Amino acid sequence: MTAFGALLRKDLRVELRTLRSIPAMALFAVTAFVIFRFGLDREQLSGELAAGVLVPTLLFAALLAINRLFVAEREEGGFDLVRLAPVDRTVLFAAKASALVIYLVVLELVAVPIFALFFLDSASGLIPFALVLLLADIGLAATGTVISTIATMSSARDLLAPLILLPLLVPLVIGAAGAGEHLLAEGGPDYGRFGTWLGLLGLYDLIFLLVGYATFDFLLDD
Amino acid sequence: MADALKSITLHRLAVATVVVMGTGYALAFFAAPEDADQGFIQKIFYLHVPLATVALCGWIVAAIHAIRHLRTGDAKHDARSYVSIHISVIFGLAVLLTGAIWAKGSWGVWWEWKEPTLVSFLIVFLLYATYYPLRYAIEDRDRQARYASVFAITAGAFVPLNFLAVRLAEPLIHPRTFSSAGGLPDSMLWPFLVCLVGMAMLWTTLVWFELDSKAASANLKRIRRALEAPA
Amino acid sequence: MIPLLAIESSDRYVGGAYLVFLLLLLIYVAIMAAKLSRIQRELGSIAELAEAPRPRKPDHDVGQIHEREHEIETVRQGER
Repeated sequence: MTAFGALLRKDLRVELRTLRSIPAMALFAVTAFVIFRFGLDREQLSGELAAGVLVPTLLFAALLAINRLFVAEREEGGFDLVRLAPVDRTVLFAAKASALVIYLVVLELVAVPIFALFFLDSASGLIPFALVLLLADIGLAATGTVISTIATMSSARDLLAPLILLPLLVPLVIGAAGAGEHLLAEGGPDYGRFGTWLGLLGLYDLIFLLVGYATFDFLLDD
Repeated sequence: MADALKSITLHRLAVATVVVMGTGYALAFFAAPEDADQGFIQKIFYLHVPLATVALCGWIVAAIHAIRHLRTGDAKHDARSYVSIHISVIFGLAVLLTGAIWAKGSWGVWWEWKEPTLVSFLIVFLLYATYYPLRYAIEDRDRQARYASVFAITAGAFVPLNFLAVRLAEPLIHPRTFSSAGGLPDSMLWPFLVCLVGMAMLWTTLVWFELDSKAASANLKRIRRALEAPA
Repeated sequence: MIPLLAIESSDRYVGGAYLVFLLLLLIYVAIMAAKLSRIQRELGSIAELAEAPRPRKPDHDVGQIHEREHEIETVRQGER
């Protein structure tokens, strides 16, 4: 079992046992949908409104998980374990980011069907949209892990992480909502600029995975 | 060449900045023709675009200083990174304000979501504004500097990507740009370039000035500590 | 409109933009001036510290140490 595998399994097992993040995220998302129903005073959503409700809601739910990403390490001194072990620190980055992607995918498996149930009249656009969401999740995980690490070691951690993260995630929102606008359109999915949005999301993922990989070591140096 | 560089002092740079900026804006107002479409309002271009360009480059420079800081651990690179971000944030504020005034003068609205540069700038400005709470929230000096450097690098990588993303967000046919800097007639291009160089010199002067001020304060602290130490 | 204020609206916007820029620059200068005067004050108090006679012998009595500490504290309080 590689170090990466061990770290990832540990996180997933802890999450399964304590259910710290995923239920909260899912509950938040569904409640947010209800709020949007009343806030917008609409029962049917399509196109840009649908994307405009779904993508930001998933984003804010993700912030909940990101805030809690290193809670265990902080409380139980897990950072010291990783620092002392003869492991490349970037392995921790990979493991945490992968765990975050998994949490987000599970969230989406719950929240997106419920969203479709509440607001969409046709779910045919959701399959290609799943690909969009997956790419967005990877980008979110890359940036989220780096910023979460920074925030964890600071005093204002709950406030700092969303504050720094939200501007950084704007390109992901542009990409995901842009694609969603077309895929969830009134008359069925329209693949207008699908390639453009996938390209943007993919580029974001590449750049920030690289940045995370290159700088993570310096965050744990002590 | 190295000797020539050494002879650049802050004082000389400041004087040169005044000369270049003065020349640039004199050219902009007295030599450059009035724009056919926008009229006199277009003169803001010579202020707004250099400010934006220099602020963005400043943030990239900050990222480069941050990389050197992480590689060498030398605190002077951290200071340069911090001040570069700081001065660029001030320039960024000026970009947003002058952009709003230009928008009001051109289109009658104080804000225009369809202007991709202005919107991108808003996002980037909001990001770098978080640099200050980030630094204040971390007590340990060494860790604070390292984390700030990681932030500066992440944000530096973000800037070009963000501009691309916002440009893509606008419907391809209808962005409302103030004007394209490419396709400028020579009579406007030269004044613009002089203003751009002047603005870059101003940025450098202010950064240098601030760095000197910080160094002076730090040295004073050192002296005080040495004098107060039990003999 | 009073002829003095009869500035074309486009001129007003251009003037406004350049004015905003100049104001920001001046605010920056003002802040740096405040920092400079703080540095000067600190420099002054440090000069006093440096000029005050300081016992150099390592074995002075406790009374002198307390006296010295009190002097430093006074200088510090003086400039607050």
